Amino acid sequence: MISIKDVRKVFPSKQGQLKAVDDVNLEIKEGEIFGVIGYSGAGKSTLIRMLNGLELPTEGSVTVAGRVISKIRGSELRKARQEISMIFQHFNLLWSRTVSENIAFPLEIAGVGGLERQKRVNELIKLVGLEGRENAYPSQLSGGQKQRVGIARALANNPKVLLCDEATSALDPQTTDSILDLLVDINKRLGLTIVLITHEMHVIRKICHRVAVMESGRIVELGQVLEVFKNPEQPITKRFVQQVTVPEETKETAEHLLERYQSGQVVQLSFIGESVEQPLITNLIRQNNVTVNILQGKISQTQSGSYGTLFIHLDGDELEVNKAVDYIRSQQVGVEVISNG
Amino acid sequence: MANFTEMVKWNQLLEATRETLYMTSISVLTTFILGLVLGLLLFLTGKGNMWENRGMNVIIAGFVNIFRSIPFIILIVLLIPFTKLLIGTMLGANAALPALIIGAAPFYARMVEIALREIDKGVIEASQSMGATHGHIIFKVLIPESLPALISGITVTAISLVGFTAMAGVIGAGGLGHFAYLEGFQRNRPIVTLVATIAILILVFIIQFIGDYFTKKTDKR
Repeated sequence: MISIKDVRKVFPSKQGQLKAVDDVNLEIKEGEIFGVIGYSGAGKSTLIRMLNGLELPTEGSVTVAGRVISKIRGSELRKARQEISMIFQHFNLLWSRTVSENIAFPLEIAGVGGLERQKRVNELIKLVGLEGRENAYPSQLSGGQKQRVGIARALANNPKVLLCDEATSALDPQTTDSILDLLVDINKRLGLTIVLITHEMHVIRKICHRVAVMESGRIVELGQVLEVFKNPEQPITKRFVQQVTVPEETKETAEHLLERYQSGQVVQLSFIGESVEQPLITNLIRQNNVTVNILQGKISQTQSGSYGTLFIHLDGDELEVNKAVDYIRSQQVGVEVISNG
Repeated sequence: MANFTEMVKWNQLLEATRETLYMTSISVLTTFILGLVLGLLLFLTGKGNMWENRGMNVIIAGFVNIFRSIPFIILIVLLIPFTKLLIGTMLGANAALPALIIGAAPFYARMVEIALREIDKGVIEASQSMGATHGHIIFKVLIPESLPALISGITVTAISLVGFTAMAGVIGAGGLGHFAYLEGFQRNRPIVTLVATIAILILVFIIQFIGDYFTKKTDKR
C-alpha cells in the first residue's frame, strides 16, 4: 500500500543543512496499523507529511496506493490526496463551519452533489458517534469531539490511507483511549490502512500492528509491536518500552529492597503472549526452596497479544536461588537479574 | 426657534446627506473588493504562503504603503489630473470617488492581510491535505475564516471614508462636508455646521452598529 524507498529530506538552515529524514526505507501493507515513534525532532512528522505530498523528499521515492506521490503535481496530486486523509494534533477544523459543514468540506472539494453530500455526512456523524451535535460549532465541542469531527472529515471521501499526525497528543488519557478505539474500529470495519506518528508508547501498544522507532532522521528499529516489546534492541526503544511496562517507582522500590535484605536477587520477568497466563510463581515456589516477594507487576495488551513484566525478589540459599532463576529461564519467560543483594 | 428652522435649509441638508450616502456607499463597496484583492495578494505572495513571490510582494506592499501614507487632502489634489481624465470634471460626487477609493483601499488591504495572517496555518494545511485547489482555499477557507475581522475592518474603513467625503466636499464634491463648510462656515451660521455634524455623527453610529452586529453574528470562535 505504501512504499518508501531511500528517502532523504534535507532542510537548509542557518547552521548548514539539517537532515530531517535520512535514508528511510519502509513497506506498509494494506489494512495495517503502522506506528512511528520518536521524540520531537526525530523526523517522524516530516516523514508522515511526505506521504501526502505536504513535503517533498530531497531524494528517493514515496508511493502510496499505486501513485508516486513524490513525483506527481497539480491536479493529479490533489486527486491522490483525496485518497490519503490526514488527522491532526490540533484538529485543524474550520471554526466558521458547523460539525456537519466541516465534514461536508472535503466532499465539496471532491465535487459531491448536495443531496448525496448530506447523506454521506449523516452516515459519518453516526460512524464517529456525534449524533445530536451536527449543528454545533467547533468552539462548542470538547477535544475528543473535535477529533471525532476530524476523523469523520478524513473519512468522507472513502480514503485508502489515514495518516494520524500526533492525533491524540492534545487529549487527556481517557479521551485518547476512546479515539484509539474508534481508529481500531474503523481499521477493522473499513479495512483502512492507518499510519500514525506519536511520542507515546501507549498509543503504539494499544493499536499498532507494527512499529518503527525513529531517532535523528533514521529508523533504528522496526518490527511487530509484540516482538519489539519482548526484545527491544536499541537503548531508545528500551526507554519507550519502559514508558508502558515499568512504572517509574519500580527502580526505587528495588533499590530500597536490596538495601534492606542484602541477600538474594531482584529479578525482572517478561512474559509474552500465552506465557502470561501460566501459573509460574506457584510452580516456582513448589519446585524450589526459595522465598518469593512480588515487588511490582503489570500486564499490557497489544493488538497481537499481551505483554507482562513482573519484578520479584528471590531469597534463600544461593544455590537454590540460582536454580530458581534457571527454572524460570526454562519456562519461555524473559529473565533479567537487576543486581545481586 | 423659528429662526433656527429658517436658517437651516432642510431640503439642502437632505440633498447633502444623500450625496454623502452615495459617495460613502459606492466607495465602501469598491474599497471592499479592491482592498480584499490587494490584501489577498499581499498575504498569498508573502513568505511561506501559496503564491510566495518576493518581487510581487515588495511591489504590492510598496504601493499600499505609499498610498496609505499620503494625507487624504493632498491625495485629492495630486489626483486631480487623473480624476479629470476619468470623470471629465472635478465637481460633484462622482469626482470624489477615485480619490476616496485610492485613499481607502490600501488602508483596508493592510487590515485584510492582518486578518488573513490570524488564520491558523494548520487549517490551510488541512485543506491542502484534502486536495483543495487554491480557489477552494481562498473562497472556502481564507475568506470565511477571517470574515469577522474583514467586517470589523471594513466598518473602520467606512467610518474614515465618511470623514474623507467631508474633506472632499470642501473642494467641491458636495455632501455634508460641503454643506457645513459653504452654508455654515462661510455664511457664518454655526447652527448649520452643527446640524451637518449631527447628521454625520448619526451616519457614523449607524455604520458602527451595523458593522458590530455582523462581526458578532459571523464570529463563531
